[in-house]
Amino acid sequence: MNTEIFGVALMFLLTVLLAIPLGRYMGKVYSGHKTWLDGLLNPLDKLFFKAGGIKPEKEMNWKQHLVALLTINFVWFLFSMLVLMMQGSLPLNPDANPSMTADLAFNTSVSFISNTNLQHYSGESGVSYLGQLILMLFQFISAAAGMAACVVVFTAMKEKTTDKLGNFYNFFIKSLTRILLPISIVVAVILAFNGTPMTFKGKDQFISMQGDTVNVSRGPAAAMVAIKQLGTNGGGFFGANSAHPLENPSYFTNIIEDVCIILIPIAMIFTLGYIIRRKRFAWMVFGIMTIGFLLFVIPSIYLEMKGNPAITQMGIAQNLGSMEGKEVRFGSAASAYWGITTTVTSNGSVNAMHDSFTPLTGMFCLLGMMVNSFYGGVGVGFLNFYIFIIIAVFISGLMVGRTPEFMGKKIEAKEMKIAAIIALLHPFLILVGTALASYLFSHNPTAYASWLNNPGNHGFSEMLYEYTSSSANNGSGFEGLGDNTQWWNISCGIIMLLARFLPIIGPVAIAGILANKKYVPETAGTLKTDTGTFGIMIFAVIFIIAALSFFPALSLGPIAEYFGLHQ
Amino acid sequence: MSTTSNKLFESKLVKEALKQSFSKLNPRIMFRNPVMFTVEIGTAVMLGVCIWILCGETKQGSLIYNLIVTGVLFITLLFANFAEAIAEARGKAQADSLRKTREETPAKWIQSVGEMFVNEIKIVSSSQLKKGDVFLCETGDTIPMDGEIIEGIATIDESAITGESAPVIRESGGDKSSVTGGTKVLSDHIKVKVTTEPGESFLDKMIALVEGASRQKTPNEIALTILLAGFTLVFIIVCVTLKPFGDYAKTPITIAAFISLFVCLIPTTIGGLLSAIGIAGMDRALRANVITKSGKAVETAGDLDTLLLDKTGTITIGNRKATHFYPANGIDEKNFTEACVLSSLADETPEGKSIIELANLNKNSFNVDGARFIEFTAETRSSGIDMKGGIRIRKGAFDSIRNIVAKAGNPFPEETAEQVKVISSMGGTPLVVSRNEAVLGVIELQDIIKPGIQERFERLRKMGVKTVMVTGDNPLTAKFIAEKAGVDDFIAEAKPEDKMNYIKQEQQGGKLVAMMGDGTNDAPALAQADVGVAMNSGTAAAKEAGNMVDLDNDPTKLIEIVEIGKQLLMTRGTLTTFSIANDVAKYFAIVPALFIASMPSLQGMNIMHLHSPESAILSAVIFNAIIIPLLIPLALRGVAYKPIGASALLRRNLLIYGLGGVIIPFIGIKLIDMLVSIWF
Repeated sequence: MNTEIFGVALMFLLTVLLAIPLGRYMGKVYSGHKTWLDGLLNPLDKLFFKAGGIKPEKEMNWKQHLVALLTINFVWFLFSMLVLMMQGSLPLNPDANPSMTADLAFNTSVSFISNTNLQHYSGESGVSYLGQLILMLFQFISAAAGMAACVVVFTAMKEKTTDKLGNFYNFFIKSLTRILLPISIVVAVILAFNGTPMTFKGKDQFISMQGDTVNVSRGPAAAMVAIKQLGTNGGGFFGANSAHPLENPSYFTNIIEDVCIILIPIAMIFTLGYIIRRKRFAWMVFGIMTIGFLLFVIPSIYLEMKGNPAITQMGIAQNLGSMEGKEVRFGSAASAYWGITTTVTSNGSVNAMHDSFTPLTGMFCLLGMMVNSFYGGVGVGFLNFYIFIIIAVFISGLMVGRTPEFMGKKIEAKEMKIAAIIALLHPFLILVGTALASYLFSHNPTAYASWLNNPGNHGFSEMLYEYTSSSANNGSGFEGLGDNTQWWNISCGIIMLLARFLPIIGPVAIAGILANKKYVPETAGTLKTDTGTFGIMIFAVIFIIAALSFFPALSLGPIAEYFGLHQ
Repeated sequence: MSTTSNKLFESKLVKEALKQSFSKLNPRIMFRNPVMFTVEIGTAVMLGVCIWILCGETKQGSLIYNLIVTGVLFITLLFANFAEAIAEARGKAQADSLRKTREETPAKWIQSVGEMFVNEIKIVSSSQLKKGDVFLCETGDTIPMDGEIIEGIATIDESAITGESAPVIRESGGDKSSVTGGTKVLSDHIKVKVTTEPGESFLDKMIALVEGASRQKTPNEIALTILLAGFTLVFIIVCVTLKPFGDYAKTPITIAAFISLFVCLIPTTIGGLLSAIGIAGMDRALRANVITKSGKAVETAGDLDTLLLDKTGTITIGNRKATHFYPANGIDEKNFTEACVLSSLADETPEGKSIIELANLNKNSFNVDGARFIEFTAETRSSGIDMKGGIRIRKGAFDSIRNIVAKAGNPFPEETAEQVKVISSMGGTPLVVSRNEAVLGVIELQDIIKPGIQERFERLRKMGVKTVMVTGDNPLTAKFIAEKAGVDDFIAEAKPEDKMNYIKQEQQGGKLVAMMGDGTNDAPALAQADVGVAMNSGTAAAKEAGNMVDLDNDPTKLIEIVEIGKQLLMTRGTLTTFSIANDVAKYFAIVPALFIASMPSLQGMNIMHLHSPESAILSAVIFNAIIIPLLIPLALRGVAYKPIGASALLRRNLLIYGLGGVIIPFIGIKLIDMLVSIWF
């Protein structure tokens, strides 16, 4: 087999092999079962609980969970605004980076609490080390908040009638101390030993062969890189993210970092199987997500390795594939693979410029974010998937002549209303955002000329990508876009906020309402939800909703570009 | 009922429905269906565009093209209205044929003076009777109103309601005291008390339901409407945002193209057929001679988990029948048979008759002059005959005959005692016969299980419905019959409160339970059950408590009701899937057509090779319109239910209506395009 493809296959296999035991471990953590880290970490948890005045055994209903979630996030949002707007005069700023403007600080704060980590600034010159540390803290917090919300839904899916769904702070702190922190430490150490800097010193200097003095930015990068990969955050230390040679030095670190992108999202599925004690259901979910993922990955790798037809026409050989915007140390296959893993999971870290992918690979990246639930972000990926399950259950229940029920709970008008709104939200934000930007640009092209480096179809893709990335809480960008302007900072900020919290509130509310309903035992007439047939149904629902909502937009962007290239 | 035809489109109905399709265009009526309402708005906008072009606008394409688009949209609306109207018309026709039976009939009203009924009879019109009034019906009279017999017994011809020509007996007291308006008294006379206010009988309620006037949307229909509204909103967003996208791509998009795209994308197929499906469901129930009090009850029927069925009349034919004669040792079989017949000559019970039938001897060949017949009593638990010559023949339960025999000092033959045990264990009833206090042998009576009932239970089991037999038999007999008939559970030696307790217990486990009943003592259980089907012959209390009334008094009707309920949901689900799946092809037709002028490279997306942008858009809207009438028969008849398990059923329907829904429009649009391209 081709070494490049072998490397990619190995990465995926390794991820799944690690995710299965990790998922089980996470299930034990959330269920309060014994794990081998208990002895070491129980005192730490107790300290947090005591300091926060939290009673972990006090169970909450779904509304209390949401209040807890929103409160945590709001407090941290205010704190972040404060630090970023004053970082110029705060300590830990050896490179004397300036304070952020209000709109940029708003965008950045929202971006980090919403687990998006869309960066309209460049890390080296835009944030102080204190700012970086705060942002790193947020990468933990936002990931843990998403995971905790997801565990609330898992708890609600158990077969019983209850409004007691565990304690949010307990799930939240356990996500931090038992899962994110230990794995991050391991990953950070590996990265640090492989060349990623971990220091509080300012810029380093060296004199190049030509005799010029070159300043090299550095800082506490290894720690931040670990959590940005693990928590599907994607907010890099350096502007170039994981394409930067200090952030991702070698093919080996690339494997580690790429595994980390989808490790917890996949493990979360097995956690579901453990908590609700339905392994078959978990494998069905995993199967559907994997099929969707592979449908994006395989053609993308193929297209990137095949190269750009326009360059082939010029008579230039492309043995390495399309290498524009890619790092030679990773190659085209691993770059394409990263491109898809980072978009399907709402991670958003990049090791190649997505702007330079061939048109259809760009479309698959967009689709990954439009679906946003083939694995998806930590915790929130499954929450998005949950909405599709509810819709699929409803339609297929009708198709077999039975009032739809999921996990023994009947799905009625109220749940459908919430599901419809949440399913609608993502296309709404993306399409309306892009439409407004298109309108502004097309009616005043000179005033907004700085927005787009490439007009035409590609420019359209850039705008579409920016909003898709914001709405998917992904954070990667089609870098041709001049995005640090008030319009982009504020519009993307609003979209990130809505797209983060409504899709958490919706599924938690549905799960909470369902948990409160009477449990209907399974009979021979009940539609089993852990079968391949039902899996196909979910897949069809996802495909239809994504295809129907985004088909016209995609055909004006990447599809038109593709046909233009292949004429 | 037998008069109504099963043809889907009778010319009379079609004419009425066509008229209705126009009057339903009233926006206030249209508003109730959000999907079709948006189409109506689109049509109005297109009309505006046509007028605009007439006034000199040039950028919106030719007038002919815009007129055709407007026309097609208008026809789409009419088709959707027609679907609803034809379903209503069918329901109404069905109801009318029922209503005919209760046209104004003269009633013999018994006037009450003060507290007393004096026998003064006044002839009034049936419509003047109020609840609580008492009327008299004599031989040949048509019963003017639903009511309960308070005095007398009569044979009644109910064929006008049930289509069944055999007359039935109704009498005061007991569970068969209810009479229905429109039926005819064949013999005797009865006094009947009116139980409903005029205009509020079950039939009136049902008529109102199928006519749509009081039809409330069921919870399931509401949830589906929400989902469809969600899809409609997505497509509003898609179409509205396409305008700035087009601006960016420097492609002007005509209003006709926008509206066509929008109408094609929104789920008009299911939106147009949704209410027709609901009405047709109730119409199907009515055709099965079941009157439902609400649409919800039909839907709930599709979800049933447990069915409570009375043994007698439902599972077994109703009466025990003699199946074997077992003479004791040393007794001649012919001799024994004769004794059996003699003992049963005066026995008018079905059991007694069946003994004579089984013996197959000429009744008149027996000389019973001067004989004395001994009636069955609860104390002796035996009956028989004392012949003139002093021969005493008795037949009765095992222990009563044993007592008689023992009193006379005769032994009870062991092999007969053994046979009695065998018969009991097989679910049968043994009747021992003695002559002059000596045992002659034993007759076996068996419950006859209705032919074909096992298959029906098997079908129910595959649907996931548990069947429970309710019987007054002892547990041993009950168990045997339960096994033989293939029911899943049984309640033996059942008292009325046992039914109630069983229902409550099942419901506590989250199950939906249905039962059928006729007696007043069934009323609490009928009310407790999720689906309570009262027999039309039952008491007014039973009918009031249940949420359906079965005009045929057929206890196996529940099985049909379950299937009707399932069909109703399935038809909705499959047509929704079909409708949404259609959009894939419509996109491939319209999106390239919109942008091909400014981006010729998008020709690559025109995978159907449609002739021109205009022909592509027209083909898509035309397909969108004609698919509605093509699916009306399916909506009215319902998708066939096959008890093959939920997953297999999903697979099947997903393949037919999902995959089919993706493929068919590709073919349909291409064919229409080939036709349209002659002009465009």
